[in-house]
Amino acid sequence: MTDNDTTMTVQPVVRTAKDFASTQEPKWCPGCGDHAVLQQLKSVLPELGVEPENIACISGIGCSSRLPYYLATYGVHGIHGRALPMATGLKIARPDLSIWVGTGDGDALSIGGNHFIHTLRRNPDLNILLFNNEIYGLTKGQYSPTSKLGLRTVTSPSGVIDHPFNTAALTIGSGGTFFARAFDRDGKFLRGMLKRAALHKGTSLVEIYQNCPIFNNSAFDAYGSPESKAENTVYVEQGEPLIFGKDKNRGIVLDGFKPLVVDLDKKGLSTSDLWIHDETDINKAGILARFADADDLPRPFGVFYAEDRITYEDALTAQLNEAQINGIATLEQLLKGENSYEIK
Amino acid sequence: MTDTKKSTRQVNVTPKTSVSVLFAGDSGDGMQLTGTQFANTVAVYGTDLNTFPNFPSEIRAPAGTIAGVSGFQLQFSSKPVYTPGARFDVMVAMNSAALKANLKNLHQGGIIIASLDGFDAKNLKLAGYPDGANPLEDGSLDNYIVFPVPVLQLTREALKESGLTSREVDRCRNMFVLGLLYWLYTLPLDSTIATLHAKFKKNLLMAEANIKAMTAGYNFGDETELFENLGRFDIAPQKEPGVYRRVTGNEACAIALTAASKKAGLELFLGSYPITPATEILSTLAKKKKYGVKTYQAEDEIAGIVSSIGAAYGGALAATNTSGPGLALKTEALGLAVILELPLVVINVQRGGPSTGLPTKPEQSDLFMAMYGRHGEAPLPVIAANSPVDCFYTTYEAARIAVEHMTPVICLTDGYLALSSEPWKVENPDNLLPITPRFQPERKEGDAPYLPYKRDDRQVRTWAIPGTKGLEHRIGGLEKQNETGNVSHDPENHELMTRLRAEKIARIADSIPLQGIDNGPLKGDLLVLGWGSSYGAIKTAVEHALEQGLSVAHAHLRYISPFPKNLQEILGNYKQILIPEINNGQLIHIIRDTFLIAPVGFSKVQGLPFNETEILNKITDLIKEL
Repeated sequence: MTDNDTTMTVQPVVRTAKDFASTQEPKWCPGCGDHAVLQQLKSVLPELGVEPENIACISGIGCSSRLPYYLATYGVHGIHGRALPMATGLKIARPDLSIWVGTGDGDALSIGGNHFIHTLRRNPDLNILLFNNEIYGLTKGQYSPTSKLGLRTVTSPSGVIDHPFNTAALTIGSGGTFFARAFDRDGKFLRGMLKRAALHKGTSLVEIYQNCPIFNNSAFDAYGSPESKAENTVYVEQGEPLIFGKDKNRGIVLDGFKPLVVDLDKKGLSTSDLWIHDETDINKAGILARFADADDLPRPFGVFYAEDRITYEDALTAQLNEAQINGIATLEQLLKGENSYEIK
Repeated sequence: MTDTKKSTRQVNVTPKTSVSVLFAGDSGDGMQLTGTQFANTVAVYGTDLNTFPNFPSEIRAPAGTIAGVSGFQLQFSSKPVYTPGARFDVMVAMNSAALKANLKNLHQGGIIIASLDGFDAKNLKLAGYPDGANPLEDGSLDNYIVFPVPVLQLTREALKESGLTSREVDRCRNMFVLGLLYWLYTLPLDSTIATLHAKFKKNLLMAEANIKAMTAGYNFGDETELFENLGRFDIAPQKEPGVYRRVTGNEACAIALTAASKKAGLELFLGSYPITPATEILSTLAKKKKYGVKTYQAEDEIAGIVSSIGAAYGGALAATNTSGPGLALKTEALGLAVILELPLVVINVQRGGPSTGLPTKPEQSDLFMAMYGRHGEAPLPVIAANSPVDCFYTTYEAARIAVEHMTPVICLTDGYLALSSEPWKVENPDNLLPITPRFQPERKEGDAPYLPYKRDDRQVRTWAIPGTKGLEHRIGGLEKQNETGNVSHDPENHELMTRLRAEKIARIADSIPLQGIDNGPLKGDLLVLGWGSSYGAIKTAVEHALEQGLSVAHAHLRYISPFPKNLQEILGNYKQILIPEINNGQLIHIIRDTFLIAPVGFSKVQGLPFNETEILNKITDLIKEL
């Protein structure tokens, strides 16, 4: 080594969104909310300190499931509904990887519904991005398990009569340890939710309201258009009261188990009387989840619930370590077995 | 303990070459346990043996009825045996239903040891005997040697002061019968005593009671005059010296997967969902954590295989195990594994079908599904095991092919192989073929771009696992461009990829052994071509046929897709080919289709294995016609 050798100090590589973009041009329709999710994801990944080769993106089938092709990480575009078992198997085999799952309301909640609930209760460390557009896009506009009652589609010409899933309630009811809701149009907030999901150790479920401009346009306009957004949404934040409205003058109080909207101007209530958000409280998270079923309540966005619970792979690793307390057993021991006998 | 090997009476001990015994009783009578103990004892004693448990799918079918009869058949011998015996020489019948259900398979002149309490009015009625009829008394068993033994009464007497409840005492009666059989075949009790001590480690009272009941059964044989004329038998040990273990087919599959992972330097991942009769592969592997084995009991069959594909992408030796209905559910994911070109072992323990079919009974009827049961052009290797011990070697071979040829492999066994057992001389690890994964090395700056679907001269791609720098790539179920793996809908490319995937499987024939002749002349009148669990029955039948001077040979296929390269040549060396199968004729279709010949089929679809007599009769008939 010479004095003028400058390679001694290894500078950590500073990654940017570009480093996580594959060479494939996204093939989503112009105006599709999926573009926004991809963009935010690519901007969050450099901040996680994980090299691209240690990230895998797994998906099923549907528009959202094209996500892996557009990331310069490892990825598998699997079969319909089965992204979660594939991601779980990969995580168990390779706990060292950071694993993201791109899925949709049809992929995760209909054909993959069984895997959805079981993955959540097992809690492997996965970041699931559930692109919810309340419609089947790739197969051209059939209703999905989150489509609103009455929605007319090619397969529901008289209107949907299937009661829709409430994703938040389903997640919490399945024993999930993290639920957040985000919105494709609010990029900055979405980015925050993606980062929270990445930092949560366990299965993180981020439901992203995502507009399908072709088959279900404007499904979420109530929460996005400038004139109605403030009155129809409440952004929850840990330790903060539930306040919403254009003038920030409306709040939520809990009357027993019943959430009520109050007018902060009229009643002379102060913000300290309001529901203070606590994402560790599963009972409150359950009530928050049900806001979506009530017409008179604003739609919540943010982290509803986050619980610190051992992940599936850590629990399995602990069992393996215990079994291998005297070292890993050998092939000779395996072949001989425990009940062998000698014939002399 | 009294030395039970020494008889107080002078009873003749006659040497015998082999005996087939059936333990039959109600499914709650502990017949599987009794049979297993007997099998362990004769194995340790050093005879060869082959077992066949046969039980209903209900955990507790109505007691005393024919539907509830559970049986455990085994043949043990001073010579190598390959079947549990076409018929049995001795039947233990714990009740009248067990006798009724099994009498047709007892040799004329065979021995019946009947537990008298199972032949009371209530049991006779439940078994469907007409009012007042009792086979033990009406002369209908005159062609057999019948020993009615008051098993229950004698067990109760022996355990008078055992401290157990009367229900617990009564449940020890299977041990009484076991002891009596040990006496009859001059076998030692120590192996079972050790097992009982281990099994009831925390319940000394129960251990002692079971041992006492067994000893009482042994001593009863000694003291009673009942067996004076029959005498006792001795089946001399025949095994060459060495260390042995007894394995069932399911255990052998589990050991093989673990051994393959060790040999390949990979971690084993099994994604699985419980299904009869394949579950013991999962439960056996769940106990192998000290070998680094990871098992995952998934929420369904689909998650079982898909989690394994995920693990395979991550660089594990991935496997899934199932039975017919489960394989049907896994077919879409199998197609994914075919197009991803990742290694995956799928063990299918065949059972009677279609649908739920006969869950606890063997059948060879999933061969078509294994060969063709996927949409699109999705060829994959199919191999089949022929004995419980061969389940080890075939599963190991499945893992070798999967890893070295980057493909899912279906390994077929069946319910008969899965649950029956035989002694296995402990294998030396050095005798196992090496398994060499071809991982794609890290790509440095300036290196050519990584091409996930670039192939070697065997058409095999490399394995690029996450965590390897510079190989970040995306693969999926969509058709991919040759070499780059990018999504492609190009018509010419699709045809090329279809051809390449097929060629990759076909070329596996270059790395598998040539087909051998198991027994008989290399050219002759008749070749019996078998696959799977019918090995023992065919082997035994051909041995007999050769003794009769017939020109018959036996070849048994392990590799069904692709076939060994010399199979056509072998088939051409005989005037006629006979293909016995426990299905309605499946291999015969494939042979006919591949080689444009007209073999003779022989089907049995009864949820039962072939026995050697059935095959021998067929051979004799066929040769007469030649």
